[in-house]
Amino acid sequence: MALLSVQRLTKSFGGLLAVHNVSFDVFSGEIVGIIGPNGAGKTTVFNLITGIYKPDQGEIVFDQHSIVGKAPHDIVKLGIARTFQTIRLFSNLSVLENVMAGAHCRMSSGVLGAMLRLPGQRREEREKIEEAMELLGLVGLQDFYDYLAGSLSYGNQRLLEIARALATHPRLLILDEPAGGMNERETEELIKLIGKIRDKGVTVLLIEHDMNVVMKICERIVVLEYGSTIAEGTPEEIQSNPKVIEAYLGTDEDE
Amino acid sequence: MKFNRKRFYLAAVPIFFLVPLILNPYWVDVLNSIGLYALLGLSLNLIVGYAGLFNLGHAAFYAVGAYTSAILNTTYHIPILLLLPVAGLAAGIFALIVARPIIHLRGDYLCIVTIGVGEIVRIALINDVFGITGGANGIFGIARPRIFGMVIRTPHQFFYLIWLFVAITVFLFYRLEDSRVGRALNYIREDEVAAEACGINVAHYKLISFVVGATWAGMAGNIFAAKMTIISPESFSFWESVLMFTLIILGGAGSIEGVLLGAFLIIGLPEIFRELSNARMLFFGAAMIAMMIFRPEGLIPPVPKKYRVFSGTDRGETT
Repeated sequence: MALLSVQRLTKSFGGLLAVHNVSFDVFSGEIVGIIGPNGAGKTTVFNLITGIYKPDQGEIVFDQHSIVGKAPHDIVKLGIARTFQTIRLFSNLSVLENVMAGAHCRMSSGVLGAMLRLPGQRREEREKIEEAMELLGLVGLQDFYDYLAGSLSYGNQRLLEIARALATHPRLLILDEPAGGMNERETEELIKLIGKIRDKGVTVLLIEHDMNVVMKICERIVVLEYGSTIAEGTPEEIQSNPKVIEAYLGTDEDE
Repeated sequence: MKFNRKRFYLAAVPIFFLVPLILNPYWVDVLNSIGLYALLGLSLNLIVGYAGLFNLGHAAFYAVGAYTSAILNTTYHIPILLLLPVAGLAAGIFALIVARPIIHLRGDYLCIVTIGVGEIVRIALINDVFGITGGANGIFGIARPRIFGMVIRTPHQFFYLIWLFVAITVFLFYRLEDSRVGRALNYIREDEVAAEACGINVAHYKLISFVVGATWAGMAGNIFAAKMTIISPESFSFWESVLMFTLIILGGAGSIEGVLLGAFLIIGLPEIFRELSNARMLFFGAAMIAMMIFRPEGLIPPVPKKYRVFSGTDRGETT
């Protein structure tokens, strides 16, 4: 049984058909990559899965429940977390507070609990701060916990977004170009980190332009072009698929 | 220059509470006004400062609290201070009803709708809705508050009532700010889409900021009614909402200290410069313009919160 099953997903904006009949499955424990030329509809698929857009047609089943039409925050609570292609951190807040944003949906104290500082609220706060620090340790940012998020380097901001997403306790982590703007050394670290995240039992679905990253860590790859799936398979199969070479890898050399 | 805020307040607060002993009733009354606006500013700060929602109709919630207290006190003779939570509740429920359909509006649109809400309430009060608001004359004969059999009457007595309430509010709001709820509001102010994608129910928390803010404004309205013994619609005009909004922006949106300072400056300075008569508003306007150009974040912008963590390496102060 697939953890996430995307079935015949279609979405258009005005006259533009951004995603057309896209279907793929993600199984528990996998690392799956979505690749495709710019404008192929990859980020739109992510926005559909995470509830930011509503599909015109099609079905998205997560853990055997349809999540179409659910609000983004409810989908996060069900166990799907994401990062953004254009980094969307709370840049005027501290690194730790950014991670605490992810922890929010796994906490329960309300206005009165906060004002009265009830014992339950204090305990929850302490536990979640500790957990957030552990996640910062995992991505290697624990020393920067009280920096403003906006003051971090580009690569570190991407890592912080991952830590923030992990704080929601996801079962599926969706990464939108995690290696974007990273140098070679940072990219190597990222590949290791994604492996570690999977080993923690989190399934990973990612969009990435860096073929090195995709071929190294993805067990399965879905290729999109003009909003439709043109191929699906292991990295080896994708690399030798003539349609993919024509549509994607072929044009890469022309750039 | 580093200065220890905690130590400063430990010294300043007791001194402040002794100040009325050497002031005449007129100046104590000015401090009382400042206290009321501080309460209103703190309550509006939850909405404008923390959640970043433009609300220029806060006087409506203030009015609901004041009128609820005045009506229940004059018709059923319930002691006014007992009505404090009732006034808060009424304003909170009113906020829930009016904010729910407009909460998804962004920035300037929300701002205009809240101005409308404020005006509707004021005009409804003038038109004596349900025959209970007393029309343009308002309601008079509100009983003086009593605490343990002592009637609160003089400005000096009110000073301690009002500022005690301010102190409690500051204490509670500091805690609220440094909690799951306070952080959620800050995330929404910073980036709504990212907040929602992190699992925060944005609409719900925006509503919470309105309801809690309105509840506090309603309680401020109760104290205002108790202090004045007469209330009328003109006390809840658009200008009042503008004052509350301005003192937050001047002091520092999202900063409790900033709001308190803003209340002192916006309410206190015009009193100090009373001799200048009408020219004082000119100075006032010029000062506001200068502020917006040279220090748009306010006089005391919010400081990043410090968290006590045990696993991080300590590198001392960072700016």
